[in-house]
Amino acid sequence: MDVCTSEKIFGGSFLLAPIGSQPQFTPEELSEEARAIGKVARSFVEGEVLPKDAEIDELDLELSRKLLRKGGDLGLLGLEIPEAYDGLDLDKITGLLVLEELGRQASFSVSYGAHTGIGTLPIVYFGNEAQKAKYLPKLASGEWLAAYALTEPGAGSDAMNSKTVATLDGDHWVLNGSKMWITNAGFADVFVVFAKVDGRKFSAFIVEKNDPGFFIEAEEHKLGIKGSSTRAMNFDNCRIPKDRLLGEIGRGHRIAFGILAIGRFKLGAGCNGIAKEALKVTLRYTGERAQFGKTINNFGLIRKYLAMMATRIFVAESMNFRTIGYINDGMHSIHWDQPDAAKAKLEMMDEFQMEASMMKIWDSEALGLIADESVQCFGGYGFSAEYAPEKLYRDNRINRLFEGTNEINRMIIASQIFKKSSNASLPLRKDTADLPRLGDGPLAKAKQAVELAKRQAQYATAAALEVCGQKLIENQEGAARAAEMATEIYAMESAVVRAEKMATASHRWSELAIDLAKLFVNETTPRILTNAKLLLGEVLEDDALDQAMADMKAFDGYAPEAGSKITSRIADQIIAKGAYPIEYL
Amino acid sequence: MKILVALKQVPDTETKIKVAADGRSLDPIDVKWITNPYDENAMEEALRIKEAQGAEVVAVSVGGERTREMLRNALALGADSAVLIRALETGDPLSVARHLAAYAQGKGFDLLLLGHMGFGGDNGAVGPMLAELLGLAQATVVTRLELGEGCFRAEREAEGGTEVIEGSLPAVITTQRGLNEPRYPTLKGIIGAKKKPLEELEGTATEAAISISAIALPPARPEGRKLEGNAAAQAAALLQLLREEAKVI
Repeated sequence: MDVCTSEKIFGGSFLLAPIGSQPQFTPEELSEEARAIGKVARSFVEGEVLPKDAEIDELDLELSRKLLRKGGDLGLLGLEIPEAYDGLDLDKITGLLVLEELGRQASFSVSYGAHTGIGTLPIVYFGNEAQKAKYLPKLASGEWLAAYALTEPGAGSDAMNSKTVATLDGDHWVLNGSKMWITNAGFADVFVVFAKVDGRKFSAFIVEKNDPGFFIEAEEHKLGIKGSSTRAMNFDNCRIPKDRLLGEIGRGHRIAFGILAIGRFKLGAGCNGIAKEALKVTLRYTGERAQFGKTINNFGLIRKYLAMMATRIFVAESMNFRTIGYINDGMHSIHWDQPDAAKAKLEMMDEFQMEASMMKIWDSEALGLIADESVQCFGGYGFSAEYAPEKLYRDNRINRLFEGTNEINRMIIASQIFKKSSNASLPLRKDTADLPRLGDGPLAKAKQAVELAKRQAQYATAAALEVCGQKLIENQEGAARAAEMATEIYAMESAVVRAEKMATASHRWSELAIDLAKLFVNETTPRILTNAKLLLGEVLEDDALDQAMADMKAFDGYAPEAGSKITSRIADQIIAKGAYPIEYL
Repeated sequence: MKILVALKQVPDTETKIKVAADGRSLDPIDVKWITNPYDENAMEEALRIKEAQGAEVVAVSVGGERTREMLRNALALGADSAVLIRALETGDPLSVARHLAAYAQGKGFDLLLLGHMGFGGDNGAVGPMLAELLGLAQATVVTRLELGEGCFRAEREAEGGTEVIEGSLPAVITTQRGLNEPRYPTLKGIIGAKKKPLEELEGTATEAAISISAIALPPARPEGRKLEGNAAAQAAALLQLLREEAKVI
């Protein structure tokens, strides 16, 4: 797949393109090398990390450090560090496999992600030669560990409202202020800290653990991921050498948000790793627990939960690998030796910002539902800390909060759609002509449903933009409905196209994949129509609204499948296997 | 020093084994193949010798297409080259030993390492057969190995104690768990493995000495039964069942 040479593919273009007309990377197409690296991550997690699950969750910081160091020995910390600085500069697809495996221990994966992602990448992308040479080899080996300090007591989602200041005093910067919720703060050696030069120009700095005037507070007591270190920190006339400025003065927002954007698509992969664990423990329990004379995996509603868990995992995978395919083709084709490589790479990331945000929202919310239903399947035992779901339920919650809250991400998606539509790169259709027809094959109905959903979403969004223009973003509820429709369309399409690819390749699990895609479309299609109508209701009145509702009927052509039959087939297969069956490592 | 490490793929221990329709082989569908865990100890030992005193390590396997992935992994771990001897896996240890011997003959290997048996098959035959075919010294099920000038000293667990065996090189050593802790491949190793040679040879068809006529899964365990009544009544019922049903007393 070479997306960059194709003119048609850009962020959001899926909304207009006919289903299946765009290239889509699937995990069934992974290279042998990528799978081998994924397997190393799996062996590391199963051999070193999971056996220490309880100790990690008791916040044994020394242990987390040691495990990160071990990961460094294997090369797992240097995935995105250029080779010139002892990294491996691997493609992003391989990185996704590693993150999925590490995601299986939620706390450790947060430590890992903070170190390798938001901690290390600002230096990779924005460091000068001397900074890269000094820090990156040690961050790649795990000799030094990194953290990222953006959030403040009064500056969370509104990160630019930072009160931390940096003042130049001779050969030193003097930092004053405080930061909150800093992951890895308890053991990191290197911190990327954001502060305003002269109280105005937002900038990034590298602070080291022993710098004078730098104080790290006690551990926070958290709802979940209790094994990851989270602390506040204070700068009281903290003096750091002048050459610790990272990037240019006043360009800190580019670093802060550019790096967060890269983190977004990764978070989804970690969610999927633990989602598979959740399904596994739930399958085991529901196959052992008997009530009314039979194991509870015989009951329809339990089977629905199990089937939906597998469905969400399949959808998340399909979406994740599709997105990473686009991002990788853009970013990894730019070599670090090229002038302005970092800038070009981040621009590529920007292009698929919308899809990365969709991945973040969808995967984190899917995991939320999976964890919740896992508790439900365990009944009273699910509420007991003795059983796995309790921890899953607590640990997963953070994913909807960090790396940009899901609300911020919904606004990112909406604003991109609105902007692209206004500059004509995304000409949304507001009509009911040439509606998609039913084709053939086992996925014909699902494909038609996706096409109809695209037209519904285009119609409603275009109508809302006609009335409100770019101000539509200020109606957050309405804007979120536009984002929601786009996200679910992307999710449906990714699943359907992957299932079709698997069927074409006569994949071992292609029948299951078709069922998973069909069940998801069956459940999701009505929701998209509802969102379209509710968005129209936000902006239209009287005759205009009546006309729009009449038009909506043209898109309401999906005749539902008997969901319980699909559910039952899926449940049979995953119960027999005892796990999510589609393996790609 | 030149070391041959012979590797075999076996089904992952978590695989749910199914018998194929022919009644004499495994149904390969859904089987996940891994390197035989005892062979991993052999590989690790070779790598430790290489690191301690320098050695050329050649990983060899007899099998089909899927064996390549395992050999690639051996290269990632640190083997210098790999050889795939293409042959059908018949389950006959003698034909595997013959293939390995034919390859190793005259190549100047000082040490031939392999797991003491294939996990699951549990024959434990290839190592001794290989030594016999090549006319070499052997020590089997080894848990500790030291090399000297042209000689080796191996320890193996014997009933209630340790047996120490000394012999001259070249020799065949079969390895047991506990010999060492096998390493993970590094990511650099995996990337570097692409550039290392993986040679493919056509196996010379030899007549199988044995063939597997049938395999069967153990019978399913019958459901447990709960005996009712007070302790005396339960004991009496149990005694009766042991006598009449289980016929063990």
